[in-house]
Amino acid sequence: MTDTTGVATDPGADSPLFNLIEGFVVELRTAGLPVSLVENIDAAQAVRHIPIEDRAAFKYALAATLVKNNAHWKTFETLFEVYFSLRGNEYALDPDGDDPFGEGDFEDGENPDGPPGQGGEGGGEGLSPEELAELLYQALMKGDQALMRALAKQAVKRYAGMEPGRPVGGTYYLYRTLRNLDLDGMLERLMDQSREDAGDDMSSLDERLQKDEYEHRLEELRKEIEAEIRRRLVADRGAEAMAKTLRKPLPEDVDFMHASRDEMANLRRAIYPLTRKLAVRLARKRRHGRKGPLDFRNTVRHSLSYGGVPAEPKFRYPRPSKPEIIVIADISGSVAAFARFTLHLVYAISSQFSKVRAFVFIDGLDEVTRFFEGVDDIAEAVHRVNTEADVVWVDGHSDYGHAFEVFWENFGKEVGPKSTVLVLGDARNNYHASQAWIMKEIQHRARKLFWLNPEPKAYWNTGDSIVGEYGAHCDGVFEVRNLRQLEGFVDNLV
Amino acid sequence: MAHRFESVEAVRKSLGEVEYLADDGIAGIAYLADRLDKPVLIEGPAGTGKTQLAKSVAEMLGARLIRLQCYEGLDESKALYEWNYKKQLLRIQTEKTDDVDWDNIQDDIFSNEFLLTRPLLEAISADDPVVLLIDEVDRVEVETEALLLEILSDYQVSIPELGTLEAKQIPLVFLTSNNTRELSEALKRRCLFLHLDYPEMEREKEIVLTKVPDITENLADQVARIVRSIRQLELKKAPSVSETIDWARTLILLGIDQITEQDAVETANVLLKYRSDIEKVVKEFSTNSSAHFEAVGS
Repeated sequence: MTDTTGVATDPGADSPLFNLIEGFVVELRTAGLPVSLVENIDAAQAVRHIPIEDRAAFKYALAATLVKNNAHWKTFETLFEVYFSLRGNEYALDPDGDDPFGEGDFEDGENPDGPPGQGGEGGGEGLSPEELAELLYQALMKGDQALMRALAKQAVKRYAGMEPGRPVGGTYYLYRTLRNLDLDGMLERLMDQSREDAGDDMSSLDERLQKDEYEHRLEELRKEIEAEIRRRLVADRGAEAMAKTLRKPLPEDVDFMHASRDEMANLRRAIYPLTRKLAVRLARKRRHGRKGPLDFRNTVRHSLSYGGVPAEPKFRYPRPSKPEIIVIADISGSVAAFARFTLHLVYAISSQFSKVRAFVFIDGLDEVTRFFEGVDDIAEAVHRVNTEADVVWVDGHSDYGHAFEVFWENFGKEVGPKSTVLVLGDARNNYHASQAWIMKEIQHRARKLFWLNPEPKAYWNTGDSIVGEYGAHCDGVFEVRNLRQLEGFVDNLV
Repeated sequence: MAHRFESVEAVRKSLGEVEYLADDGIAGIAYLADRLDKPVLIEGPAGTGKTQLAKSVAEMLGARLIRLQCYEGLDESKALYEWNYKKQLLRIQTEKTDDVDWDNIQDDIFSNEFLLTRPLLEAISADDPVVLLIDEVDRVEVETEALLLEILSDYQVSIPELGTLEAKQIPLVFLTSNNTRELSEALKRRCLFLHLDYPEMEREKEIVLTKVPDITENLADQVARIVRSIRQLELKKAPSVSETIDWARTLILLGIDQITEQDAVETANVLLKYRSDIEKVVKEFSTNSSAHFEAVGS
């Protein structure tokens, strides 16, 4: 439908629903999702056909019109849950149906319960923590979703110790709740039980499957708890304020140096499709980029069909020379993640280079090219680099100067006019000698020398960072803090 | 125009009748595509039923499926239309003797008679109900995508010599993408977006039950569970739904009704297509008893 005036002339344009969508789109945009005007209009059109009461369908309708990149789905979902959490009946704070404890609603909780675990006046009376744990165990065993949801509510109420207006984030409450529930112990107990049930003939395959099943259920429980905490926070602070605290960067914008464990896992997942896309794009660029020199023989041969007139000039296939890449990466704690991703990316597209050699250092330097040779699984190789490479010389604190010295002594001769050298690191040298002359020598000999720094530009040359001193001899110093920047750099490199 | 679908629920049910088990998202989007007259862009890993969705919708509506397979180097003359120049030449030659002036001939040779329709134009000009499937749209170059824009947003094709041909009826359009490259904003903006991921375990079990007729409930359950566990590993290529079905069929042929560890290892090559993946799975599934409880998920 291209009728863009449809919404404006629609009698329902001023309806609360329309305003709701409008507000939601603003939230999405603030979170960094690119939502165009047309998509906004589409969403407004779509919800006219889908009743808001059918929450799942409503969510998918909005997603289909507003989110056009699967990497953004998670952000969308979280925002959706927050923004629409108190709108829609079955998700109201206190549904009548599936609550076996008849607990009071959140208003009760405003008179803060006693210390968690005492069963306070808030509801679930007469249920000791042990009984709660037992019920939870039963629910997990049977996979009883309704009971699990109710118990999640109960657990949050009891253990999270939420107080209205208290300025802490949801993760704090989540942590408190989970600590009290001891889910790891729960999993062990469940597994023990099923092992007992099965007797001796439980194969390791069965066991594995059973464990995956329980883990899946526990994950669902965790999600329920998270959702419950979110609902309560929204009730306390309002959706707009809540959405603000939830604004998380998109995977491609996550800072390498400050990524949490979850974000790291997301990054690792993101890197594979990224490298694939990059490889395809680069291969195409190679083929289509430019034409080679005139192919005289071929042109003459084709001229025969035009009576000897060379009407159709033929060109040779372009064979641009592939650069040789030498990566020198700092893998000390602070920048290890960055080095890992860059190595991964460079090796994943190594077919675009004639040769890739990798060196890693902390205060000593080791060549790690051997780990990548003939290996299918790059992630595995990167892992080996981190565990097996011999990079500690004295104390395991970064010493760029010494590492460069070792490189120059042993491998300096191998830097030639075809090599592009990439140095990865924050150039925080712990006040050792910089030995910047080596950079100068390398630049002299190599085709290009680039420095990639995972620190924000503002921190460069502060404290013990001497990136400026090295950078003076580089062909380029780039800030590479996230996947997006890394991808951009590699794209230009080839 | 009359709508094709009654409600989301109805879509899901009729898709079920042609053996496509849709979840909420899939049925919802098919419904919206009809109501909003918008094309649907389906993205996701290989083998999750992207193409099948379009086929099933066509089957369910009793509509003709017109398929445009995309590839690098696809151009206007393969996707939209082409002038049948040989016929045009013939026409000019036969007219030579008569006293017909050039204007007439020109009008004549650039008419419908000399137009070769290609999939996109055919979908637009069809009288009967059609479903247009543009398969693997990520394979064409970015510049070629532009060919699709006019038809996707306005359901029309402009031919300089003939003018603009508008659709007699608006077809349902599905585009699929394996996501080997980012599609242009312009294309995405015009479409509803559906990401088809591997199905939940329950749904996969249902799919296996529908597609593999002789399978027992128990075996289907086991198959779905094992596949779910395998997908949680970091693999080069996780098993797709079609591979799950193949695997279930293999097991049936081998007369297995309770999968043991050894069966799983021996038939893993049906599910997995990389040697390193197979090794990883075999390792993972046979040594796990020693490495029990690492921290859960988190």
